[in-house]
Amino acid sequence: MISAAFDYVSARSVDEAVSALTEHGDDAKLLAGGHSLIPLMKLRLASPSVLVDVGRLRDLSYVRDTGDEIAIGALTRYRDLEINDRLQADLPIVAHVAGLIGDPQVRHRGTIGGSLAHGDAASDMPAVVLALDGTLVARGPRGERTIPAAEFFCGFLETALAPDEMLTEIRLPKATGAGWSYQKFRRRALDWAIVGVAAVRNGRTGVALVNMGSTPIRASAVERALASGSSIADAARLAADGTEPPSDLNADPEYRRHLAEVLVRRALEEADGAVTAQR
Amino acid sequence: MKLELTVNDTPHVAEIEPRTLLVHYLRDVLGLTGTKIGCDTSSCGTCTVLVDGESVKSCTVFAAQVNGAALTTIEGLAGDDGLNRVQQAFHDNHALQCGYCTAGMVMAAVSLLEEQPDPTEADVRGGLEGNLCRCTGYHNIVKAVLSCGRAAER
Amino acid sequence: MTTTEIPAADGKGLVKIGQPLLRREDEPILRGEARFTDDVPIPGALYMEVLRSSHAHARIRSIDTDAARTSPGVVAVYTGADLAGEWVGQIPVLIAPDPAPLLAPRWGPIATDKVNYVGEPVAVVVAETRARAADALEAIVVDYDVLPAVVSPEDACTDRVVIHDELGTNKAYTWEVVITPESVDAAFADAAYTVKQRHIQQRCLPAPMETRAVCAVPDPMGGGGFTLYSSTQMAHLLRTLLAMTVGVPEQKLRVIAPNVGGGFGSKLQTYPEESLCLALARRLKRPVRWVEDRSECGVAMIHGRGQVQDIELAADSDGKITAVRVHLLGDLGAHCKLFTPGIPVIGGPFYHGCYDVPAFAITITSVYTNLPPTDAYRGAGRPEATYAIERAVDGLAAEMNMDPAEIRRRNFIPPFENGHQTVCMVPFDSGNYEPALDQALELAGYEQLRKEQADRRASGSTKHLGVGIASYVEVCGYAPSRMMAAGGGKFSLWGTSVVRFLPTGKIVVTTGSHPHGQGHETSWAQIVSDRLGVPYEDVEVLHSDTAIAPYGVLTGGSRSLSVEGAALSVTCDKVIAKAKTLAAHLLEAAEGDLEFNDGSFNVKGTPSRALPITGLAHTAAFDAHLLPEGMEPNLSAETTWDPPNFTFPFGTHIAVVEVDEETGAVALVKFVAVDDCGNQLNPVIVEGQVHGGLVQGIGQALFELAAYDDDGNPLSPTLADYLVPSAAEVPSFTLGSTVTPSPSNPLGTKGVGESGAIGSAPAVINAVVDALAPLGVTNVIMPASPMTVWRTIQAARAAAPNAKENGR
Repeated sequence: MISAAFDYVSARSVDEAVSALTEHGDDAKLLAGGHSLIPLMKLRLASPSVLVDVGRLRDLSYVRDTGDEIAIGALTRYRDLEINDRLQADLPIVAHVAGLIGDPQVRHRGTIGGSLAHGDAASDMPAVVLALDGTLVARGPRGERTIPAAEFFCGFLETALAPDEMLTEIRLPKATGAGWSYQKFRRRALDWAIVGVAAVRNGRTGVALVNMGSTPIRASAVERALASGSSIADAARLAADGTEPPSDLNADPEYRRHLAEVLVRRALEEADGAVTAQR
Repeated sequence: MKLELTVNDTPHVAEIEPRTLLVHYLRDVLGLTGTKIGCDTSSCGTCTVLVDGESVKSCTVFAAQVNGAALTTIEGLAGDDGLNRVQQAFHDNHALQCGYCTAGMVMAAVSLLEEQPDPTEADVRGGLEGNLCRCTGYHNIVKAVLSCGRAAER
Repeated sequence: MTTTEIPAADGKGLVKIGQPLLRREDEPILRGEARFTDDVPIPGALYMEVLRSSHAHARIRSIDTDAARTSPGVVAVYTGADLAGEWVGQIPVLIAPDPAPLLAPRWGPIATDKVNYVGEPVAVVVAETRARAADALEAIVVDYDVLPAVVSPEDACTDRVVIHDELGTNKAYTWEVVITPESVDAAFADAAYTVKQRHIQQRCLPAPMETRAVCAVPDPMGGGGFTLYSSTQMAHLLRTLLAMTVGVPEQKLRVIAPNVGGGFGSKLQTYPEESLCLALARRLKRPVRWVEDRSECGVAMIHGRGQVQDIELAADSDGKITAVRVHLLGDLGAHCKLFTPGIPVIGGPFYHGCYDVPAFAITITSVYTNLPPTDAYRGAGRPEATYAIERAVDGLAAEMNMDPAEIRRRNFIPPFENGHQTVCMVPFDSGNYEPALDQALELAGYEQLRKEQADRRASGSTKHLGVGIASYVEVCGYAPSRMMAAGGGKFSLWGTSVVRFLPTGKIVVTTGSHPHGQGHETSWAQIVSDRLGVPYEDVEVLHSDTAIAPYGVLTGGSRSLSVEGAALSVTCDKVIAKAKTLAAHLLEAAEGDLEFNDGSFNVKGTPSRALPITGLAHTAAFDAHLLPEGMEPNLSAETTWDPPNFTFPFGTHIAVVEVDEETGAVALVKFVAVDDCGNQLNPVIVEGQVHGGLVQGIGQALFELAAYDDDGNPLSPTLADYLVPSAAEVPSFTLGSTVTPSPSNPLGTKGVGESGAIGSAPAVINAVVDALAPLGVTNVIMPASPMTVWRTIQAARAAAPNAKENGR
C-alpha cells in the first residue's frame, strides 16, 4: 500500500506550519504522529497534495501546571501522557486513557492534538476532553483563539478548526481527587471502542460518549439527571438519549444504545467507588 | 528529498520520494528485509522497529518523519557474542514457527521490556496487543518474554 | 507438560526420536536473515499490480486502459482479453465428490467478459516501481453492467439468479451417503431423545501473517526456462499445474518456495497471480514480481469454512446415540479451486464424531455464490464436522440433563489398536478416546469448576461461568493412493525422502515436504540422527525447491511427518541395510552376526571392533574398490512412501468462559487440550502446533468473520475489521496428551497440525451455551461476538419469559 505522491514540508515552528497551510489551502494537511492520516493515505482514501509535518515541534510537547488547569501541548504523545506524574496526580483519567489507545507502537507516535484535530467519534481522547470540559487553543493567521471542547467537534471528522488553523494546546481543569472512570468496550485490546464512556465526578459530573454518533458527544441527559438528584441507575438509562449511534459489524444502533446505558452505569459506579477508594 | 538516518549504528543518506514509508525505505532502499509488512492498517505489528529506542510501526510512518533519528531493526539486535536475550528467549521457548511475525514481535518485546523490565503475564499480553501471530497461539511468545523479566532472572 | 528443560544433543551429538528439541530454523529468522518471497532481491524486476473487480457479479462492458498505459513508469497494462492467448489449459479440480457428478464452471487467471466476486482480477499493470504501478492502477476505468449478486448459499439454492450460464444452475453437486436408510429412520422413530440443530460455519479468512507474493524470473543464462518464487505450500504441484495451464514445459520451470509465512491451507493453490507473473515474465522477458496487500488478501485468497449444517441425533433412554442424520449446504464461492468441492465431503464421514453410532446418513449439497472460492483452511471439513456433532451431543446432554462428559463416555467407540471400520466404512487406525477425556477433565479441575459454576449461579451474578467439552477424531496423513482415489481424489499424495551420505560422513536429506513453520528441518534431522546414529548437526535438510528436492505434492492436512517423515525412516533403514552388507564384507562376518548401535556396526559380542556408518559412507564413496562385488558406490537411498492407510488423531478439549450477561462479552478464562497424535517425534513442536491451532479455533468461535453485505461487498478484508485475536484476548493453555501409536506408518505418528483448530471452536461455544443455559439459551452462532451473545440472550428471554430474570 503506497499513498499518492505529495509534497512534504517540515515545519520548524507553528508560524511556519500556519503559513504553509495558508499558502496551500485545502490541498494541505497537517501531519503529527500520522496514525490517523497515514492509514487513510495508504488506502488512498485521502490524497493531500501537501503534507505539513509538525512532528518536530518538540516545544509543543509538554504537560504544564498552570494553577487551576493542566496545559498539554498538542504534540504530546500518548506515551508521554501515560507516564506523566503531573497527570497521574491531577488528571489521572488522561494518563489512564492515553494508555488504552491503540497499542504501544501507536502510543509511541500518536499525539493528543492529532487525535483531537482528527475529530473521530470513535477515538478515546475527545470524550475525555469533553467530560472534563476542556478548552482547545488554536493558532491561525489571525492569531490565537480558544475553543471550548463542547464547541470543537462539529460533524463527522470535522472540527471547529479552520483549514489554516493548527491546534496547539489543550487546557484541562484539574480533577485532583475526583472520581473518574473510563469504560472502553471493544472486542480486541487493539481495537477502537465499540462504545466508550468517560465519566468524571468532581462536584459536577461530566459524562461523554465514544462512538455513539458522528461526533464525540456529551451524555447531557445523564449529566442533567444526576445534577437534579437522580440515582446512578436512573440516570444511566438516559445514556443514549439524543444519540444517533452508527452501525457496523460490531454493533448496530440498538446494541450501542444498550451498551451506553450499561457502560455509563458502570462508569458512574466506578467513579463513585474511586472517590472513596482513592485508587 | 534528502533523508539521513542512522540504522543499526550505521549512518545512511538517501534521496527519497516523500511518500516513502519507513518500512519501504528499510526494505527496498537499505535491503534490510528482516522487517516485514503484514497489513495495511497498522494492525499487525510485523513492521515494528525501534525509533530512538521505542517501538514504532514502520508501515505507518513516512521515512521523512523520522529524518535524523536512530533506528534499530531486527538485523541490529544480535551482537558479536550471539543473539540478544530476547532473540535467545524466543528460540529457547519455541516462540516462533513460520517466523513472519517474529521480527516485529521481538522488537515490540524489546521495547516492552525497556519500559517494563519486570512484566507480569497480563503486562506482556497487553504489551504485545499490537502484534498479531497466526502460528504460535502466543503461548510460547508470552513465556519467552516473561523469561526475560527481572523476576525470571532471579 | 512443560518444555522448560530442553536437553541438547548428547556428547556424541546424537538426538533421539521423542526428545524435546529446539529448532534449527530459528536463528536465521531471529536475526532477520531468513528470506521470504518478497525479500528475495531480483535485479531488474518489474512490479505487477492487479486491478480487481469492485462488483460481486457483473458483465464487463469495456475497460479503458489508455490513461494507465501513459502513466509514468508503466511498462504495460493488460486486460483479460489481452492475455487470453497465454493460457493453454484450465486449472483442474483435484478432489471431486465421487460418484456424484460435479458441475464446475470454467475460470481463468483474469476475467474476460464477466466477474463473479469482488476481488476477481480484471486488469494488470506492470511498472518499473511498485508506487508507479499503484498510481497507474487508479487510472484504469472499467465499465460494468452490474448483475444481482448471490451472497447466501440458501439463496443460491433457489437459482433465482444463476451465476454460471453454462451450468444452468448454482448447484455444483449433491453427495449422499446413507448407511442402511431404514435403520436411520427406525432409530429416529424409536428414539427416546432427539436433537435437531442448525449451525452456521461462517466464512473465515486464513490470514497467514505473510500474504502471498510471487516473482517470476526468466533464466538469466538464457535457455527459455523460468524460476518462479512463490509463497506456496506446494512448490512441485504448483510447477506441474503452471506447466499445464501457462504452458511453460514442466522441466523448464523451477519453483522455489523460500521461507513461507504461514499457510493454513490457503497456500495450497495455484492462484491467478502466479499464472500472471509467469505469463508476463514470458511476454516481457523481464522478471515480474507481485506482493499482495492485506486488503487484497481478504478477497484474493481462498476463504475457509462456509457451510450451513443441519444435524439430528437420535438416542435411546440411556443416552446411547442410535443415529445421526446430517444435511450440509456448502458455499463453494464463485468457482472451484483445487480442493473446493471436496472440503465438505472430507468432513462428511466425521459427523458421527468419535462415537459408536449404528445408523448414519449425510447429504451434502454444494452451491456457487458470488463470493471468493472456499477451500482448505486448517482442518478442512473436520472442524466443521466436529463442531456440529459436538454441539449436538451437548444438546443431547442438556435434553437429558446429563453431564456432558458422561454422555460422551457412554458413546465413545471402544479402544482399538489396529483398525476399526466406522459406520461410514472409514478404516480408523487406532483409538482410545476415554483416557483423553479423563485427562482433560482432570487438568481442567472439572469437578471444582462445576462447583464454582453452581456457586456463581446461586449468587445471582450476571457474570456467568461456562464449561464446554469437545471430543474429536479426525483424519490426517493424506496419502494412501487407493483410498484417496476411492474418496474422489484426482491426484496422488505419496511422499519422497532421500538420504545422501557425503564422502566426509555428513548427510544431505532432500524431501518432498514443504514446511512453512512446522520445523521439518529440525524434525527430519532428528529422525536421521536417531535412525542412523549420526550427529544431528551433521544432517542438512533441503526442501521446497523443485531443482533440489524430490517431487512432493504438498504440506497440508497434517500429513508430512506421517508421509515424508515415514519415507525418511524407511530410507534410513535402506541405508543401514546397505551399510551392513558393506560392514559384514569388511569385517569378514555374516550380516546376521552384526549389530548396529549408535551409528556403528560390530560383530555381536565384540563391540571393540566397530565400524562407524560414517566411515562406511566414506569407504562406499572414496574407496569403492573395497565394496563387495555388485554393490553400487555411495551410501544413499531414496523412498517414495505410499502408506496403507490414513491416520486418525483424536482428543478432548475443555474451555472455560465467563459471559457478561449485560454486554454479551465472552472472556476465555481457561483452556485445556489433550491431544493424541500417536507417537510424538518432538514434543516441543507438537505443543507449538496445538497452541496455534487452538487460537485459530478460538478465533472462529469468538472473533473471526469474513463479512459481506447483501450485494457481495466485503466488510472485513483488513486486519482492522477481520479480528484475528492478539495475545491480549487469549489465556495461556494447559496441554496434555495421550499416546496411541498409529499402525499406518513406521513412526507410529498421526499428525497434529490441525487438532488444535478442530476441538477448540466447539469447546468454546459449548462453554458459552453452558454459561447461558439458565437464561434459556440453547445455541449461539459463531462468532459469538458480544452483540450476537447479547441478542441471543434477549431472544431467549423473549421466548421463555419465566427463565430466571437477572440483573437490573
